[in-house]
This record gives sequence, C-alpha cells and structure tokens, in this order.
Amino acid sequence: MDRHLAIIAERDPAIRAFVRLTPDLAAHQARAAQERYQSGNSLGPLDGIPMAVKDVLNVEGVEVTAGSRILEGYRAVYDATVVARLRQAGAVILGMTNCDEFAMGSSTENSAFHTTRNPWDATRVPGGSSGGSAAAVAAAEAGYSIGSDTGGSIRQPAALCGVVGLKPTYGRVSRYGLIAFASSLDQVGAFTSSVVDQALVLTAIAGHDQLDATSSSRPLGIDLDLEAGVKGLRLGLPREYFEVDGMEVGVKAAVDAALRVLEAAGAELVDVRLPHTEYGLAAYYIIAPAECSSNLARFDSVRFGRRSPGAATLLEAYSQTRGGGFGREVQRRVMLGTHALSSGYFDAYYLRAQKVRTLVAQDFTAAFEKCDAIVSATSPTVAFEIGSKTADPYQMYLCDVLTLGANLAGLPGLSVPCGRSEGLPVGLQILAPQWGEATALRVGRGFELAHGE
Amino acid sequence: MASENWRAVIGMEVHVQLATQSKMFCACPTDYLEQPPNQNTCPTCLGLPGALPVANRRAVELVVKSGLALGCQIALQTKFDRKNYFYPDLPKGYQISQYDLPIASGGGVQVGERMVRITRVHLEEDTGKLAHAGDNLQGASESLVDLNRAGLPLMEIVSEPDLDSADQARDYAVELRAILRTIGASEAEMENGQLRVEANVSVRRSEDAALGVKTELKNINSFRSLHRAIGHEIERQIGLLEAGGVVIQETRGWSEAKSQTYSQRSKEFAEDYRYFPEPDLPPLELAPAWVAKIAATIPELPRARRLRLMESHQLGDYDAGLLVQDGARADLFEAALALGAPAKPLANWIVGHAPKLPAPDLAELVILVSEGRINREQALVVMARAESSGQSPAQIVAESNLAQVSDDADLAVLIDQVLVLLPQAVADYRAGKAQAMGALMAGIKSASQGRANMKAASRLLAERLQR
Amino acid sequence: MTLSRDDVRHVALLARLGLGEGDEAYYTDQLDSILGHIDRLSEVDVDSVPATAQVVALEHRLRTDEARPGMGQERALSNAPASREGFFVVPAILEEEP
Repeated sequence: MDRHLAIIAERDPAIRAFVRLTPDLAAHQARAAQERYQSGNSLGPLDGIPMAVKDVLNVEGVEVTAGSRILEGYRAVYDATVVARLRQAGAVILGMTNCDEFAMGSSTENSAFHTTRNPWDATRVPGGSSGGSAAAVAAAEAGYSIGSDTGGSIRQPAALCGVVGLKPTYGRVSRYGLIAFASSLDQVGAFTSSVVDQALVLTAIAGHDQLDATSSSRPLGIDLDLEAGVKGLRLGLPREYFEVDGMEVGVKAAVDAALRVLEAAGAELVDVRLPHTEYGLAAYYIIAPAECSSNLARFDSVRFGRRSPGAATLLEAYSQTRGGGFGREVQRRVMLGTHALSSGYFDAYYLRAQKVRTLVAQDFTAAFEKCDAIVSATSPTVAFEIGSKTADPYQMYLCDVLTLGANLAGLPGLSVPCGRSEGLPVGLQILAPQWGEATALRVGRGFELAHGE
Repeated sequence: MASENWRAVIGMEVHVQLATQSKMFCACPTDYLEQPPNQNTCPTCLGLPGALPVANRRAVELVVKSGLALGCQIALQTKFDRKNYFYPDLPKGYQISQYDLPIASGGGVQVGERMVRITRVHLEEDTGKLAHAGDNLQGASESLVDLNRAGLPLMEIVSEPDLDSADQARDYAVELRAILRTIGASEAEMENGQLRVEANVSVRRSEDAALGVKTELKNINSFRSLHRAIGHEIERQIGLLEAGGVVIQETRGWSEAKSQTYSQRSKEFAEDYRYFPEPDLPPLELAPAWVAKIAATIPELPRARRLRLMESHQLGDYDAGLLVQDGARADLFEAALALGAPAKPLANWIVGHAPKLPAPDLAELVILVSEGRINREQALVVMARAESSGQSPAQIVAESNLAQVSDDADLAVLIDQVLVLLPQAVADYRAGKAQAMGALMAGIKSASQGRANMKAASRLLAERLQR
Repeated sequence: MTLSRDDVRHVALLARLGLGEGDEAYYTDQLDSILGHIDRLSEVDVDSVPATAQVVALEHRLRTDEARPGMGQERALSNAPASREGFFVVPAILEEEP
C-alpha cells in the first residue's frame, strides 16, 4: 500500500486520476490485512490489494460527489454493496477516482473538479465516464479499481488507457449504493491489468443483493472455463460495428490484427448483422436522459448537498441549487430526459425508444444463434485530445456507438488491450449473451495468451 | 341537500395506510407517530444517492385482499411507476406509485340501496410530513420536514362518481372502513391519518345529462366533517350556478372552524407527472394460486354479517351496523351470544361500553344484569375489575357482595328502616308532594350501598306507602 | 420535431433548473440539434414491437414484512444544509401540495 501511495504521489499530480485520497482508511485496512496474512488468516486473493473507487459509489464516511459541485461535502452514510463486499474481501481503499459528472460523458472532461489525463499522453483524455479509475490502473497507482458503465463508461476508458475493463450482465452486480444515472442501463464493474484479475474481482462483487430488486442470483460459472482457450469458439463480427462512421484507420488495423491472432488460436470468425445499431444510439439518448432526469430529482438541497445561499422561496432553493450545482452536460441530459417523458412527447420519444430497445436486444439474440461471442473495436478512436470533442455534444455521444448496444440489451462486455495505433492503446470488445461472463472472459484470456501480453 | 331540480355527483378517493410492520420499499418501522422526527429513516426512504427500493410482500398481499373484498379483478401482471414532481416531503423527487396497471380494478361496494362502483385500487408510498415554523402559515419563513412517514405503504381506492349526497358519501366511507378493518388491511382511523378521504363534487340540473365542473375537497378529518363539507360544497355550487356564475375546477379545503370550503391556492403552473415504469422494480407477476390463497383468508364481510345478525338475532339495522364496524367486536358478540347472553342487551353493552373481556366473561356479565342480579352501575364496576384482574364477573360479584338486593322480604326490611330515617319525606309524600318519592328512593339506594334492585324497591315502597 | 425556447423554458421549470441569462438560447440550440439526430427513431417500424419492460428476465423478489430500526435522526440529518430540533429546514411552502 505504501508503494501505491508513493506512486500516486509521484504520478498523480500530472495524471490526476484521483479526486480525493483516503490514506488513513487505507493504512488501517492495510495493517489489518498484514496481520491476517501473518497469522495465516488471509481472506483470499484480494486481501490487502490497494484499489480505487469511482466517485459515484458510496464509501461510508468518505466524501462522495459524483464529480459534481452539487454534492460537495456530502459524506456517505452507508457502503455501497459492492464496496461492502470488497471490504469483506480485504480491499485497501486508496481513494475516490475522478469521473464525468454523474457518469455522463466519454472523456472525464465533464468532472466539475478537474480533467484527468491519459497516462499514455497527458494531452489526451483517458475516456469516460470512469476515466479516473481507468487511469489509476493504467498508471499502476492502484492494483485494480471499480467503475460504472451505462453506455460504455468502463469499456471505453479501458480501451483508451490500455487496461482490461468489464461491464457485467445487467443484474449481475448490485447497484445498491451506486449513485444512479440510468437505472435500467447502469452496472458496476472493475478495471484490472489482466483478465485473470478481472475474474477475481467479479467473483467477489457479483451475486444477489436483497437491497437491489434488479439483482440476480444466477451463478457465475467462470472458474472452469477461463483457461480453456478460444479453439472451437465462433466469434461474430457485426458488419455495422466495423463500418461505423469515424472509425480510425489505426484502430481498424489493430482490431484486424487481433482477429488474425484469434483465428490462428483456433477461433472461427463469422459474419453477423446488428441492423438496428444506429437506432440504438438514438434510443439510448432518450432512455438514459429520461431515467437520469428522474434519478437526479433528489438533488433538491433539502436533505443533503449544497443549497444556494440567499434562496428565499422553495422554488428559488430548488432552481438556484440545481441550476448552479449541475454542469452543462448534466443539465442538457436532464432537460432532454424531462422533455422525452413530458405530456405529449412520451409516446413519440420514451415509449418508442423502449420499443427500439427491444429490437436492438432481438438483433443480439439472433446474432448469438450464429456465434458464441461478438467481437469488435471498443471505441472508434484512440484517446483524443482534451477539448477536441467538447464543442458539439453529439460528437462526444458518438464515442459510445459500439458500447451502448450492450447496455440496451443487458449483455456482459469486456474490453482487452489489443495493440496500438500511433502509440496509443486500442481495445478489443468482446460481448457475450446475458449471463455469459464466463465466455467473454474465456475469449479475453485466450486472446491474452495468444497475443503474448 | 340538493333542491328539487339539482343533482349532486360525488366520487371518492380514499388513501389507506396499510397495516404492515415495515415501510413499502425498505425495512424501516412504521410507528411514525411515536418517534422523534427523522428517526425511522434509512438511505432508501430518505432518498439518498444510490439507494434502491425493494417492495413489501405483505403490502401487495393486503392490496390484493382489499381488491378482492371490494369485488375487483386482480391484475396478474402489474407494475410500479414513477410519478415525478418536486416537494420537500417527497425525498426522491418522485413517488413510486401505480399508473396504468393497478393491482385491482372494476369492483363495487353496496351502500344502502346503491352499488358504488370501484374504479381502481392501487399501491404507492406515502410522503413525509411538513410542519410550519411558528403558529400559523403567515409569517412563517421556514417549513420543517419529518420523513418518518415517508415510504409507508398506502393503498388508494378510487370510486366512480356514483354517489349523490353527503349522506351516501359518508355511508360509503363508513362501509369502506368497516371492510378494511374486518379484513385486517388497516385500522383505518381518520383521526390519525390512517384513512384519508377526498371527494370530487359537482352538481347538475336534473334535466341536464352533462356533468358539471367538479371541485376536489381535501383536508377532511372525520366522517362528520366529510358529511358537512360535501353538504356545504353542494350548496355553494348550486348557489353559484343559480346566481349565474360558474364553478371553477379547483381544490378546496374544508375548514371545520369556519364551516366552509375555501379555495386552495391554485397552481402557478400545471404539474406534469411524466409517469414512466419504475426501472428499479421488475414488473410483478402474481400467481393465481397465491391470489386464491389470499381470497380464502377473507372473512364474512360487514354487509353480509350485518344482514345475517339482523335476521338471526332480530337486531335492528342500527345496532347490527354498529357491531360490524369492527370485525373483532362482531366476533365477540357472536361468541358471547353462543354462550347464552341475550342479543339486544349484549349488543347494547358491546357498543356502549367497549368491553375488553373474553366472551365467556362478557356473557356472564350481561346475563347477570339482564336477570336483575346486579344493576347497570354495579355491572360497570364489575366489568372494570374483571378487565384488570382477569377474574370472572360471577367471582367478583360473589366476593364483593355486590349482588343486588332483590328479595321482597329483604327490601321490606330496608324500606322500613328508611321510612324511620326520613319522616319528613314520608310526611311530604303523604301530603301530596310526589317528588318526595325521589328522596325516599335515594335513601333506599344509599342505605343499601347501591345494591337495592330499584325497580322492585319502587314497587314495594309504593305499596308500603299506601298503608 | 424541433425544440423551441418556450419548450426549453417549460422543461427547465419542470426540472427546477434555474437558467441564467443566455442559457436559454444556448440550451435551445444544443437540444434542438441533438433531437435532430435522435429523430431518426421515427423511421423504425415499431408497430408490433413491445416496449422493453425489463431488459433481463428477473424474478421479482418481494421483501418479507419485517421491521429493522432506522439509521436514526443524527445520521439522517448528518448532511443536511439546514436542520433544527430533528427536522430538515426549508424555505416556507407557499404553494399547496399537488
């Protein structure tokens, strides 16, 4: 743990992956882990491993702000279930990592506090919204970290930072204690430097939680399969994902090379179609804002969070607090979502988007009849320059075009590093059917072994 | 109340606090009236960031049971929806409720001669409570929020506008309460907020088919207020329309103090609740076997029980009606009756004195009174002692020698004593002052320490004074 | 469908977002543009398609009705911007409840 704190002290002033450190907590936990180790009572493979938590998960007693001014000074009064489970596994919590405000964004530039830099190139973004968590692992500041993924917010930063990131099946990991962005799309997952580590963390955090009615007790079943390799597996290549607008040549090349590696290792490559891909983006940008507009209504200055001083009436308290406390992207999405749910627009927007969502899910179901996993680039581009996509919000939204389908359909998705383009990491995305983490991890591990990482 | 050519049209919306141990979406206790503010809270009912709801099975069960008792169809596929609006007593900024797939719909309640149709019965969570700093709203610059009540399970029962008078509306509410108490869904006391009644009231001329503009009456805290508020509102609307005015669609509160309805500040802007299905709660599939099991637990409902008691035991409508207001009370009646207590005195005793005795003891007590062994005042004393000590009334009477003196010979001795003690009263009576009899009766009572059977004593005294 | 400034003002009010000077125009432009991209949803034939009610088949677990003590007043108020005698304090309510 001391080593990690030293690395943080050395590297984080430039990278700024963290928003706040919890050195006292970490020291206490590290000491306890040390004692357990010495007395032969280790809790398991995660015991004593220093890790970081995205600033959207409640860690009891620690300030959690979701990257927003509206929660400045808010101290969590309970642990998120994921955090509680990791504590039970002996985790040493180094601190909270930076993210886009309320997890809305693909670059971590929407954080109200500061911008995190990509460890590979400080002029570039680490991706988002879990940019800080990705960067912390990439820079070896933490052994692993936890993030959340609503439209790609774990996978995309994992790809841009050259680490492994997994979004589990919807319902696999408890959302209790995760500050909600879009309730039917959010999932909690981890960043690690290897696929094997990913399996360890997932085992610790997955499983039914009686405090989350959307969590499942389906068994993971990953222990036996992990090292089985890709021989005999059919990997689907969706044409729409390979022909997406804005796909960089270098990214395409790296992914093609990765596909050759997989083929050589015994995988069969199959063409599949996901015809509603472009509509999926539109559906996502109705459903996610709609749900978030409702989830963020609780930030009203009554029970917690900042209250605008000088608010004389209730309406002023609400409007000034929220208008002043939320950043621009959050306000955009809340307004968009409110509009999509409002009287006269509900059928044309929200209801229609949920129907298109069904079609997207059906696309995947049909594709999975022809293959065991779907493979593509995670992001159409490598890490882009800070400030280069902030002028037009929709340009930023396009970063998620390859990842958000898995959120709409509730599928597990893994991103593993698969090479470089212009010296920057490229990620390979592996999607499996619902509850198919074992398959995704097996393909990821198989690729690691074959690729020689 | 409506004059000859006017008809009133009334629909009722009733909110019922369900009798559960824990809140609707979290395990916090429901005893909010006995706790300091914000004591019974947790991340979920406080609406803290990251908290999630998990639905209370018993609350769902009680709504199914209520729906069945009200003759409704139960929706085997049902769900929760979010109703979005901002208010300090609503922690999440939305209320989890039900919009288009309520648990129950399409039933009815017989009220007198009329069948009042039930539109829907659904489940939702309660809000917190607001108090205003300072004695009155004016001058208060702050409001105080207590979230102990936030998240309690609430059942909403909506009727069609099938009622046409304040009497009927009150009777509907009374009948509803009796049903809810009988099936154990709620204590349903209006005075402590367990039963909240709102009425939609409009009027129309008899010859008009179209309904008039309706107002929504709120802030009604008792059945009596309900009756008065509706009565006043009907008059107000008729008066307005007869004078050529128009009724404005609005919410009106009832002021008990001023005996009138008043306009509640209409909204500056229309609220749009933006209902959408609650993503944190999967849709509910109710198993038909489960619903059937619940149906089997519904006891005899008040109306059926009332009719049966009237027929089998010659009880009047009024007495039977009072008994069935409370299932436990009616149970006690039938049990004590089976042990030999006479029906009408037993009914009067239960309704008048609310005994907390087991049936055998109650039967014993009522029999003692009706046989003249003790009088009513003595019986009240015996009842109090039996309730606190657990002894049977017969035991108490025997031990404390409370038995009435009814024997003619015993009474004759007593009377002679009193005549000697009160010669003036005797003289007055003989002189024609009939009221002197009262003094003599009081003397007999006091001399016997209240144990004299006054009816017998009166007869004997009159005979004695003739001589 | 396009979004007008009136629409934005209405939506900002519904969402209790106080918009400053210039914000209205700024957000109207951006939201209108985003909606322009999203409008392609209307091209899809959704006639016989059910809306997704729950993306993953989940057994709805209902909770047994057992009470557990709350977190208590102190913890409940620990992040309150304003509190007094155990209550949360807000500027006075002048409007009536819906």
